[in-house]
Amino acid sequence: MKTTQHENPFYDPTLNKRHLKAKLFKLFTLSSIVFAISFLVFFLGDMVYKGLPAFQQSYIQIEVQYNEKSLASTRQAIDRKYRRVVSRAWLRDIPKRVKQQPELMNTKQLTWVLLNHQVDQYLKGHYYKVKAKNLKLIQAMQAEGKVEQQFNEIFFTHGDSKIPENSGFKSAIVGSILTLIVMMVVAFPLGVMTAVYLEEFAADNTWTRLIEVNINNLAAIPSILFGLLGLAVFITLFGMPRSSPLVGGLTLALMTLPIIIVSSRAALRSVPDSIRQAGYGLGLTKIQVVQDHVLPLAFPGIMTGSIIGLAHAMGETAPLIIIGMIAFIPDTPTSIFEAATVMPAQLFTWAGMPERAYVERTAAGIMLLISVLITLNAFAIYLRKKFEVKW
Amino acid sequence: MKAFELKRRSHGVKEQLIHICLMSAAAVSILTTFGVLFSILFEAIEFFQMRSFWYFITGTEWSPGVDNSKFGALPIFAGTFMITFIAMAVALPIGLGSAIFLSEYASPFWRDKLKPLLEILAGIPTVVYGFFAAITVAPAIVSFFDSLGIQASFNSALASGIVMGIMIIPVISSLSDDVIRAVPDSQRKASLGLGMTEGETIFNIVLPSALPGIISASILGLSKALGETMIVVMAAGLRPNMTWNPLEDMTTVTVRIVDALVGDNEFNSPDTLSAFALGLVLFAVTLVLNVISLSLIRKFKEKYKVNSL
Repeated sequence: MKTTQHENPFYDPTLNKRHLKAKLFKLFTLSSIVFAISFLVFFLGDMVYKGLPAFQQSYIQIEVQYNEKSLASTRQAIDRKYRRVVSRAWLRDIPKRVKQQPELMNTKQLTWVLLNHQVDQYLKGHYYKVKAKNLKLIQAMQAEGKVEQQFNEIFFTHGDSKIPENSGFKSAIVGSILTLIVMMVVAFPLGVMTAVYLEEFAADNTWTRLIEVNINNLAAIPSILFGLLGLAVFITLFGMPRSSPLVGGLTLALMTLPIIIVSSRAALRSVPDSIRQAGYGLGLTKIQVVQDHVLPLAFPGIMTGSIIGLAHAMGETAPLIIIGMIAFIPDTPTSIFEAATVMPAQLFTWAGMPERAYVERTAAGIMLLISVLITLNAFAIYLRKKFEVKW
Repeated sequence: MKAFELKRRSHGVKEQLIHICLMSAAAVSILTTFGVLFSILFEAIEFFQMRSFWYFITGTEWSPGVDNSKFGALPIFAGTFMITFIAMAVALPIGLGSAIFLSEYASPFWRDKLKPLLEILAGIPTVVYGFFAAITVAPAIVSFFDSLGIQASFNSALASGIVMGIMIIPVISSLSDDVIRAVPDSQRKASLGLGMTEGETIFNIVLPSALPGIISASILGLSKALGETMIVVMAAGLRPNMTWNPLEDMTTVTVRIVDALVGDNEFNSPDTLSAFALGLVLFAVTLVLNVISLSLIRKFKEKYKVNSL
């Protein structure tokens, strides 16, 4: 065997080593992508593991007394021994509940009452300091089947609260929607118009190149600096209301503009010239060609880019913190001039809270936010695949 | 005939109008850049009228909020540098390795499956990364070094650096992947034909050809790391700390910007305005990095005549 190898004039004694090196190199590249993907899996798994319990909340079935006395001092509505385990927020809302259902007045009802967050966390298996007396009570009730985990409606119907078991995501969701509407109303037309101008109308001169370079640079400016712009220009200079979706939306619009412009330009460029020339040949003006022929053909591509920009803006936090959108917002905002918070900013606030119950809510909010983002991105990809025209 | 002429003329006016509309839309992007620049610059100038510029870039004590407040940003730059360095040490090999695997080794089937997965990584909001760094990674690092008998801070530069690195992976891998794929196939075939192994071809032929693009991608990642805010706000420290030990808490430019502006300070106090001075530094550095990155990628495009990048 050895002799035959030596007879080969191309025999390279280092060949085995070289192949080993090539293999090792391939292994390295493979392991790096495996690492990246497994991080993603671990990370998503971690969030689901931490966030899933937040969709359940512990309730206890006890008798609640509705009378004048319990309306005046809501603590009186329940038996003394339960006062330390049920939620303050639930008791606080008793008058509101009676107002909604006047027939409750002067009755005694067996009701599912919200437990406080210490007991709730304890029941979910986390270490929490609960007094031995109360613990015994809960365990006894549990044995009777009078303590159970129910779907956490509060998370979707309430705003933020200083009482963990009473805090929800709703005001942040509405705040996000308002902010993103402002953003899209500003950024979409501006972005598409800029793209149309650059692709269809602009002459190739210094001015155009300046805009192009500028858009590329704009895309690379750290997002927090847009917050400084929002603070100095929109709030301090123009006097727009601080923390409002209006300022947030405008700031995000300027930040998202480059994404929309770049993708819209790519979409316009992919429309073949023959379409334009056919239009001119039939005597159409430039505006007519762009408006009736080029834009409709480029529209799916423009939409794809805008949705990706929207998803990007939805997850952005840093500039919004600077313009004050991390205020404590218990009530759902109803207009773009009111103080509001957005989903990622709410997550940031919750993540800074010391109570364990907020950790679980943060993770649940993250699950919600990421599913929306992935859905948006998947929808964008679907649009692109479905309407992609091969010329 | 006259009616036709009239219509034509009105069309002309309309065309002009639309043209002007489109042009002003394009001007907004320029306005935005100047808006960002000047809104930061003016406030920063106001700050430097109150405090010395020289001490700002060379001083080592940062103590806002007190009577005789000092603004020496060197410890803040040190923290930014340390965390960015850790992030790049994580992101560069993994991002580049992933890009090489996707472009050179993976079959089209796997490529189609893996690339979107990597892009999910890019789509995760940074506040989520910050939460993950603070709640999962930082305690893990503390308990790991604790078992070795070394004390680590819960706000260690290492935790935020690692998570930031993971965030940058798709930035580097996505652009590098495009660049490596743009290297003409003839180069690979020539190399393989001369008897080089696959690994040698990639390492000695493809990567050097793609180098400008890869450097450009890395610089882009670097500038992203410098400007990243939420991860460090949530997982890194607040205390300006000049140290070589990544297990201690360190702060960054972006953390101090957020900290200065979130409090209830007066807008025209040096405490608040220091944020704009730091913002100016950040703006200048990222702008320079971006210009270098863009010029490198343009050179690559011209050399291989690709338009898709």
